[in-house]
Amino acid sequence: MIDWIAGVGRSTLSQVSDLGRASLMLMQAIFGRSNVGVYGRLTVDQIYAVGVLSLSIIIVSGLFIGMVLGLQGYTILTDYGSEQALGQMVALSLTRELGPVVTALLFAGRAGSALTAEIGLMKATEQLASLEMIGVDPLRRVVAPRFWAGVISLPILSLIFVSVGCLGGALVGVSWLGVDSGSFWANMQASVDFFDDVFNGMIKSVVFAIVVTWIAVYQGYDLVPTSEGIARATTKTVVYASLAVLGLDFFLTAVMFGEI
Amino acid sequence: MYSRRLELSVGAFVLLGALCLAFLALEVSGLASTGDNGTYRLSARFDNVAGLTTRAKVSAAGVTVGRVVGIRYDKATAAAIVDMEISQDFAEFSEDTSASILTAGLLGEKYIGLSTGGDPNNLADGDMIYDTQSAIVLEELIGKFLLNMSSEK
Amino acid sequence: MTASAFVEIEDVGFRRDRRVIYDGLNATVPRGKITAIVGPSGTGKTTLLRLIGGQLKPESGDVRVDGVSVQSLKRAELFQLRKRMGMLFQSGALFAELSVFENVAFPLRVHTDLDDELIRLIVLMKLEAVGLRGAVDLVPSELSGGMQRRVALARAIALDPEMIMYDEPFAGQDPIGLGVLLSLVKQLNQALGLTSLVVSHDLQETLSIADHVIMIANNRVAFEGSPAVMQSSNDPLVQQFLHGSPDGPVRFHFPAPALEDALS
Repeated sequence: MIDWIAGVGRSTLSQVSDLGRASLMLMQAIFGRSNVGVYGRLTVDQIYAVGVLSLSIIIVSGLFIGMVLGLQGYTILTDYGSEQALGQMVALSLTRELGPVVTALLFAGRAGSALTAEIGLMKATEQLASLEMIGVDPLRRVVAPRFWAGVISLPILSLIFVSVGCLGGALVGVSWLGVDSGSFWANMQASVDFFDDVFNGMIKSVVFAIVVTWIAVYQGYDLVPTSEGIARATTKTVVYASLAVLGLDFFLTAVMFGEI
Repeated sequence: MYSRRLELSVGAFVLLGALCLAFLALEVSGLASTGDNGTYRLSARFDNVAGLTTRAKVSAAGVTVGRVVGIRYDKATAAAIVDMEISQDFAEFSEDTSASILTAGLLGEKYIGLSTGGDPNNLADGDMIYDTQSAIVLEELIGKFLLNMSSEK
Repeated sequence: MTASAFVEIEDVGFRRDRRVIYDGLNATVPRGKITAIVGPSGTGKTTLLRLIGGQLKPESGDVRVDGVSVQSLKRAELFQLRKRMGMLFQSGALFAELSVFENVAFPLRVHTDLDDELIRLIVLMKLEAVGLRGAVDLVPSELSGGMQRRVALARAIALDPEMIMYDEPFAGQDPIGLGVLLSLVKQLNQALGLTSLVVSHDLQETLSIADHVIMIANNRVAFEGSPAVMQSSNDPLVQQFLHGSPDGPVRFHFPAPALEDALS
């Protein structure tokens, strides 16, 4: 029993010190002395790696989720004879919830794990140590561009996801199931508010971007530099990032939409 | 080593994001359709606004002409005052216009319906509508119905 | 301590997790000479290089490079100091996404404002020195392990450092590659007047080029002096290490209770 309590205490302490190390790392990466010209270009490089290369999975998933929403929504709404509200349903679920959350989850799996593995591999092959010895801070050279690229890319991906999803919903609802096109879009426009729904959804997305990318780069930077360590850290990134996204989503939703 | 293709695709990526934002703003949330020519404000006094929320539609003859922007409680008259923003495109409501709180469908959300009267003078920014019909509260309706039943016996 | 010492290590203690790596370590690295750091595996020879480079901090004691105490430096000052040191990592540690040229040019681009033409000239000179000018446009994955190490060496000397640290430069090399690297280390030391610090397991080869040997065992320096003195040393530890005997002061068995006790 005593052992068990001691174990809980130890693991709590190690969690807290992990959080502390991660915060320090982020601080150093973002607020250290910077060389905007060089690091800007590196960030563009990384936006390609984490953003552009995630595009296909985001578009395909967005399309399918929009189509499923169209199908499911139609069957439920016809029970109440209000299939005109399909546009509203599809758009609201996408802008407020599914867009930011599903994009962040996919991003954690596709780009987050890749970031962890990449940084981890640089650590295992001593490239990070080598940078340090050359007199370049790897936090600024390696971690910072990847962090910023993630923070920039995820909201853009989320916008694309929501847009494609709405089109997917329209495709199923209007083209296949025969909901009137005019009422589909009019209902959508009447119920979706740019600031309350689209903009708040984007704020969610930015928060998720910061958290997911932070977890990914930290796990990569802090891992045990062996092949087993890289594998474990990659898994951790996906698990922690997904849990963090879902947990934060609840709080953000409560704050943003709780009163409406 | 810094390839042009990479720059191009990142640029296209950001552009695609901007296009999607525009799509969401214009097509999905219909941002452009309201507030294009500015709005003006009308208020209406209701005895009961149960179920009405801010951002609810304001419609006239079934056409959306504005939105509810605020609901206040007026202590002096013990009534609710609803502030509405009406698009300038629909500036011609007569002074004897009536406002009623309606429900879209059986289970739908509450909205305000305006029906214009015959007065030659039009309402202007900041005016108050006094001719109102409150929200129907289901419990009151059932209460009245039961009362009628018992009095008929 | 002599005035000609480039690195002075004084009474350094260091632990990793709870395992003691050093306990009161004292050593000096003479300026402009080749110093070999040898010792059984797991005695923390690489750790010593990291302490000198300031990537790790000792728990006690003092590491001084050219008279400056490394662990007391601020981050920016440390990076300044590191410009004067080159380090060759075991794996080469070339940046995988950059070409050979860009790898060697990297320290120059980061630390100098030289124009592209001058950088190109320097890079080609450094690559010529390691015999790989022909590989300038390749990427690291197209090179063999030995060539990667030579490119890394060219990168390490790009800024003309005063000291260069080699971490296991000969590990896993065929005899030819080993010979090439050996003569390179020697040539660079003589031609550039570099202070060289070589950590290696390949005892005979390393001793053949070293001017000074530091042997680490049992958490401290077991021997320090010239190779010739080392060969004739009577210390059983040194003798065991030189001749590769399986048993002696460094035990074959990992510390454990007696076998009889464990089995009963």
